[in-house]
Amino acid sequence: MLGALLIVFREMIEAGLIVGIVLAATRGVAGRGLWVAGGVAAGVLGAAILAVFAGGLASLFHGAGQELFNAAILIVAVGMLTWHNVWMASHGKELSRELKAVGAEVARGSRSLLGMAVVVGVAVLREGSEVVLFLYGIAATGGTSAIGMLTGGALGVAAGAVLTFLMYRGLLAIPAHRFFAATTGLITLLAAGLGAQAASYLQQAGVINILTAPLWDSSAILSESSMAGRLLKTIVGYTDRPDGLQLIAWLGIVAMMLVLMRVVNPKKPLAANAAAAVAPAE
Amino acid sequence: MIRNLALLAACASLAACLAACTKSGEAADTATIPLLLKDHKFSPAEIMVKANTPFALEVTNADGVADEFDSDSLKREKVIAGGQKGIVRVGPLAPGRYPFMGEYHAKTAQGVVVVQ
Repeated sequence: MLGALLIVFREMIEAGLIVGIVLAATRGVAGRGLWVAGGVAAGVLGAAILAVFAGGLASLFHGAGQELFNAAILIVAVGMLTWHNVWMASHGKELSRELKAVGAEVARGSRSLLGMAVVVGVAVLREGSEVVLFLYGIAATGGTSAIGMLTGGALGVAAGAVLTFLMYRGLLAIPAHRFFAATTGLITLLAAGLGAQAASYLQQAGVINILTAPLWDSSAILSESSMAGRLLKTIVGYTDRPDGLQLIAWLGIVAMMLVLMRVVNPKKPLAANAAAAVAPAE
Repeated sequence: MIRNLALLAACASLAACLAACTKSGEAADTATIPLLLKDHKFSPAEIMVKANTPFALEVTNADGVADEFDSDSLKREKVIAGGQKGIVRVGPLAPGRYPFMGEYHAKTAQGVVVVQ
């Protein structure tokens, strides 16, 4: 039972943290609860469908279907996170002043929320399909141990939800004048980390075959598969054996984000604030 | 809405392009090494490969349920459904030992790639 709990919780970490960050980052935007819940629900449904068709997907594109699918949805998530930050940079002043959506901003806010719902959906979909396959495997095996393991799996999902809550409450504890910069910085690092993962999937699919050699190996200091490593992987894109392409993707996305935010809001140096709020960690 | 659609269209075309690249870029000379997962055990459990040469593991999951080929050192994670095959492209690698496992049955499903 403990084994099943740990496996499921490990898969839930990324999705759990992302939902928490998204909830915090959309604080004050009207209707965000429904959008985020919708994203989670769509992700769960998608995960179940994906689990059913996992075999078919894997055999597409010369056996690289799974990797290409992961890369594609990660790239979509990076796009949506970028859109959110850029939107917040151009409208965030009103939001951070009142932390309430008002009048005409509501409609525009919900447009940005669509993007964040997609991000949540993608996060749940990716890890969720693995959880579904794992739990289905246990259920199919049957026997008395299956009930214990399924209970463990359910507790793992619950632990993921607790992580969401902790991340959300933790971010809310940030003082109001730093809050906007902090969530912007977090979203930037989250996007960069997901982009680096997408780059890795493209290498695994055989699409990109350059810069594959690891730049360093810090697995002895902080293993990517440890709990702390998993947390940092999602939050800042930490990986213990990054290769050149992953580093370029990470740096490229951070740079793109900062430039775009500066372009839409040249007066206030939001980008600098955001960067200063969270120290770059890779 | 138009921006949404444009973004989605851009993503879709990117995915299509990537798919095309994979097809055309498929290297014919990459060695494919068969790896069988049966009764939640890998055979062969030890795979010898040459250094600095890319290769592909063709993992056949002969069990009825899914497992995840997982290796931190190889930086690979791939779910393989029950009764299905999965291709795991690896390398080129520096000499060393690279353990892998079936994450859903890690007690028994263990193996290692030895690069010389």
